[in-house]
Amino acid sequence: MKVSVVENILKVNDSIAEQNKKFFKSKGLLTINIMSGPGAGKTSLIEKTIRDMKEDINIAVIEGDIETTYDADRIAAAGAQVVQINTGGACHLDANMISQSLDQLELDSVDLLIIENVGNLVCPAGFKLGEDCNITLLSVTEGDDKPFKYPMMFNVSQSLLINKIDLLPYIDCNIEKIKNGALRINPELEIFEVSCKTGEGLGNWYNWLRKKMTL
Amino acid sequence: MHEISLVESIINIVLDEMPKYNITKVINITLKIGEMRQVVPDALRFGFEIMSQNTPLEGAEIIVENVPTKGRCKNCDHLFPIEDWFDNCPKCEKMDIEIISGKEMEIINFEGC
Repeated sequence: MKVSVVENILKVNDSIAEQNKKFFKSKGLLTINIMSGPGAGKTSLIEKTIRDMKEDINIAVIEGDIETTYDADRIAAAGAQVVQINTGGACHLDANMISQSLDQLELDSVDLLIIENVGNLVCPAGFKLGEDCNITLLSVTEGDDKPFKYPMMFNVSQSLLINKIDLLPYIDCNIEKIKNGALRINPELEIFEVSCKTGEGLGNWYNWLRKKMTL
Repeated sequence: MHEISLVESIINIVLDEMPKYNITKVINITLKIGEMRQVVPDALRFGFEIMSQNTPLEGAEIIVENVPTKGRCKNCDHLFPIEDWFDNCPKCEKMDIEIISGKEMEIINFEGC
């Protein structure tokens, strides 16, 4: 007997993600999911964002890593509420992990919830968490062909931050190639060229966040 | 893409559906997977072989229908496969393209007795 199913394989995850999204909305949060390969600068970006915005924006962070609390420790030192998820082998966060972590955060007075996903340019793109926006971070040292090699991540994101632009004089990276490629895969992508080290370009990123928070 | 997570979900969906049709043994499962998902069918089958052991799905064949990445030209409505991300619309040469397929990840049906 043949049974027609026509079901999204990830329906359970997507259903929990929807619940998360409703919860975030009820708290008046903007929730962003930051994804990148390992070492592109996600934690540095979040540290800088917290330090530069915390005077008027209340930020909480959910950190995702396979092991260690190194990133959560850095975020706490930057002055934001943080909870660390250790996936113990899973190469991406999923909606259930997010849901289980929420009772460890006091979210009533939070404006911006930042989720730092596990460093991986593949799997995180496939798992909704309940976020309002997906942010992809790509550093100039990773190669200017990465949008084509990992199209799904660029396709599901609302914003792309190209990081470590302070290193451009020392490496062969065609930043226009990154931008053209990413826009081919996702014409709506908002692209920011930044350096978390020097602070260059971050103002535009903060303005974009502020605009999203008022919507 | 994380094949083990997918396999767990597939097994759970089929286990949920089986009792509704009095199916006790699954023979095959047909999936529709978009090219952009970068799922490796052999890795999926290998994961399924392991995860389905000692379940009514053990031994079932996994059939994968691959859905190629396709675009729609927002200028002239032409539909075409995307082989190279730098391809413009082959009909009008514009580069305003919407991705309309290639992200699917579905169980279509399963067969059992």
